[in-house]
Amino acid sequence: MDVLDIARWQFGITTVYHFLMVPLTIGLGILVAVMHTMWVRTDKPEWLRMTRFWGRIYLINFVLGVATGLVQEFQFGLAWSEYSRFVGDVFGSLLAMEALLAFFLESTFLGLWIFGWGRIPKRVHLAALWAAVIGSIVSAYFIIAANSWMQHPVGVTMDGEKPRLTSIGAVLTNNTALAAFSHAIVAALMVAGALLVGIGLWHLRRRKLAGRSDADVDHQVWRRSVRLGGWVSLAAFLAVALTGDWQGKLMYQQQPLKMSSAEALCETEAPASFSIFAWNKLGSNECDDVHSITVPGLLSFLAHSDFSTAVPGVNELQERYAEVYGATYPDDPARFGDKAGEPVDYQPVLAVTYWSFRLMIGLGAVSAGVAAYALWATRRGRVPTSRLGVHGSLLAIGAPFAANATGWIFTEMGRQPFVVVPNPDVPVADQIWFFTAQAVSPGVGAGEVLTSLIVLTAVYGVLAVVEIGLIARFVRRGITTGDGTPTPTGTPDGPDRADSPDGAVDDDVLSFAY
Amino acid sequence: MDLQILWFAAVAVLWTGFLLLEGFDFGVAALLPVLGRRPADRHLMLRSIGPLWDGNEVWLITAVGAVFAAFPGWYATWLPALYLPFVIVLLGLIVRAVAFEWRHSSHDPRWDATWTHVITGGSLVAALGVGAALGATTLGLPIDGDGNRVGGAFAGVGWPALLGALAVVAFAVVHGALFLALKTDGDVRLRARALALRWSPVAALPLLAWAGLVHLRHGTPVTAGLWLVAALAVVITWTRIRLEREGQAFTAWAVMLVASAATIFGAAFPVVVPSTIDAAFDVTVADASVSGYTLTVMTWVAAVGLPVVLAYQAWTYWVFRRRLTAGPQHEQVSV
Ligand code: HDD
Ligand code: HEM
Ligand code: HEM
Repeated sequence: MDVLDIARWQFGITTVYHFLMVPLTIGLGILVAVMHTMWVRTDKPEWLRMTRFWGRIYLINFVLGVATGLVQEFQFGLAWSEYSRFVGDVFGSLLAMEALLAFFLESTFLGLWIFGWGRIPKRVHLAALWAAVIGSIVSAYFIIAANSWMQHPVGVTMDGEKPRLTSIGAVLTNNTALAAFSHAIVAALMVAGALLVGIGLWHLRRRKLAGRSDADVDHQVWRRSVRLGGWVSLAAFLAVALTGDWQGKLMYQQQPLKMSSAEALCETEAPASFSIFAWNKLGSNECDDVHSITVPGLLSFLAHSDFSTAVPGVNELQERYAEVYGATYPDDPARFGDKAGEPVDYQPVLAVTYWSFRLMIGLGAVSAGVAAYALWATRRGRVPTSRLGVHGSLLAIGAPFAANATGWIFTEMGRQPFVVVPNPDVPVADQIWFFTAQAVSPGVGAGEVLTSLIVLTAVYGVLAVVEIGLIARFVRRGITTGDGTPTPTGTPDGPDRADSPDGAVDDDVLSFAY
Repeated sequence: MDLQILWFAAVAVLWTGFLLLEGFDFGVAALLPVLGRRPADRHLMLRSIGPLWDGNEVWLITAVGAVFAAFPGWYATWLPALYLPFVIVLLGLIVRAVAFEWRHSSHDPRWDATWTHVITGGSLVAALGVGAALGATTLGLPIDGDGNRVGGAFAGVGWPALLGALAVVAFAVVHGALFLALKTDGDVRLRARALALRWSPVAALPLLAWAGLVHLRHGTPVTAGLWLVAALAVVITWTRIRLEREGQAFTAWAVMLVASAATIFGAAFPVVVPSTIDAAFDVTVADASVSGYTLTVMTWVAAVGLPVVLAYQAWTYWVFRRRLTAGPQHEQVSV
């Protein structure tokens, strides 16, 4: 493997990994802030316990998000220095804004929230959590604006060899960014919803089988968690479908080859049908070998809101791209390495785009189905005891995580071979594009990148095992304060005990005894 | 050009802010096995930085982000030239971050001890690595005319990097000790003060040497003055510790860092990556910078954002300002 391939694997692995933590941070952060708000408003003990329990999971996850995010901040320079030089006028400023306007907010106020129990006034303490949560959302916005600029560069002109920023407003209001941001936020809520549902149902069932009372606070905690998570999941799935539809329409205009690859649509069709399942040599990457089951007209609808518009096929688009952007890479080994003078394959890997798109939608639908089941099974105070239903819901926590990952894999691999995709809304002469093949750091050796790939992957693997183990143990233990009895305070140096919840701080949840 | 100078200064301020803030949590972490004799002492030390370390780390992210945003040519030369060293720094920061969170997830004292060691190790590695990277970017890297490293994976780690590494770690250890003297009470406070008294004059030497070298190469009378301020601050630090004035000692030591950093960045300007191969290959502020429009945008964002950040960070420091003691209560709650 050459540097390019190794660097791509490294970026893909580390980013997908980072994005396992990210949606949970965003989604669960919002829900924990809601729980905390409910506690401050109603003073009901179950809301406090929910805040504590889910808050702890939120924090365990958050730290791993921070740790893996750090790698991201350096990666563009380490392995993709030519990319960084090329996009420097636009891209770096978005990362810096994210750090200045979002990361400080997140980390500072989260520290205040964790250590502020009983130390600062109740409402200020709640505001600290909201500030951190807003920080996460702002961070998502800036980084997605950066990513969307690569998908659809706006607000720039070519100045010599490089794009020069002409309008930051255009970059920040890029329609691609607004669509992707809203899609990613609601997708994050699906992750949090599924977690509440899966764990909540499991505890409810376990308590019922153990014959515990359903009148105590802890029963309320799990029940409310399931109901909240279920409704959030269902609503978020609806929102995900709407925002995804918006993205699909933009993709039809902005990256038509990505869309037809997602569908394995070889020839231009009018009306175009939506493929549900494909077989036969999808892996050969020869579009014409593919056969699939289709829904007539649906693809036209996704692309253009009617059932008859023509959707261009892969074969036609390939030719069009080759004409405009060159059938071969420029013959310049200094910039293109081994790829110099080689033919360009404008078609992304079909099997990946096709299946990742379907998995994203399909796994999201599974998750919505589980949420509907959970709401139904807990209607009017019921507790489900079905092993299949409850354990299935627990297992299905993974579905929205995987849907998020496949969504990104689709977006990112679907834009190959470009790293900055040309914007078709401007005349060809003014278009800006950059091939992935010219983006890697020329001075870095394959051995170095391979070493870092192996080490990072191994460390990430170990972290995943410990992390999942910890969360599982914490979840199994449940709410350790028992049924309603407050435990002795854990913050002897907190000045104003009166503000501490229950008049006490329980010993292991958020007091963080250092 | 004026904005380029402003942004060079902003980047210098961010790196200095990072060293000043994360410096003490690196230092406290490094001192865990030295000053934390009993588990209660170690918990006390960790508690002193618990609410602060993550916010401090964002200074690093912002500093790197600002280098990318204002000087992509610097970012794209510096990072790949030190590819593996930077990856090692990242690994140190990763394990340290998770260790903070994970160590109190078990009742088993060995689990706690293991992750406490990881905090120490990760912090040391990160401090050494960041120091090495800063040493290299102010004293020299083996880069050619295209900004690419000449030589193998560790060719960037010459004596400039080693000097920088040593300087940052030595600074951080004393900084951490002074922080503990200021923030804690009891045994830890006394031991930290004794350590700072003994080691502060020695620990300042590599940093002063680094600043002196950059000054000797490209310095001006102003940087000479700054260097003298730094040297004087070491003396003041020492006398203040002797008088047991911890707050003043901490401040003087911080002044030492700020003056040294100002000497280094002030003398290095306008070169951001000096080449050890040929001065003609030096990357300068003008080569590396983004356009005037982007700098203007960034200036507005920073002018609005930075004061707000400083205000709320200062406020958190104020909320957690009280001295900590290791009472028996802590043993009881440390699950
Ligand atoms: C949709 C949202 C999103 C996306 C696409 C990314 N991130 Fe992220 N990132 C977050 C949303 C987020 C977050 C929710 O704000 C995190 C996750 C957990 C956390 O602590 O903050 C975070 C943490 C985080 C941190 C640590 C911040 C801290 O110390 O507080 C850094 C440096 C980055 N990210 C950088 C990146 C880069 C360079 C990315 C591009 C490849 C990236 N992230 C993708
Ligand atoms: C929003 C911020 C993001 C930015 C700025 C970004 C940028 C990049 C860059 C520069 C590359 C390397 C060049 C390339 O191989 O094309 C890349 C590749 C990749 N990214 Fe992203 N990315 C972002 C988010 C994500 C997320 C969140 C994921 C997944 C969870 C992801 C998945 C991938 C994958 C799988 C690749 C490898 C694709 C390939 O090489 O074929 N990206 N991205
Ligand atoms: C229900 C129907 C859905 C539709 C029609 C849909 C549509 C899309 C489209 C068209 C893209 C690609 C955008 C581009 O490359 O320009 C995308 C990306 C993505 N999808 Fe979906 N999606 C759906 C469901 C989901 C679900 C259930 C999840 C996760 C829970 C999800 C998470 C993502 C993510 C994380 C991305 C990449 C980031 C982004 O571009 O926003 N999607 N989706």
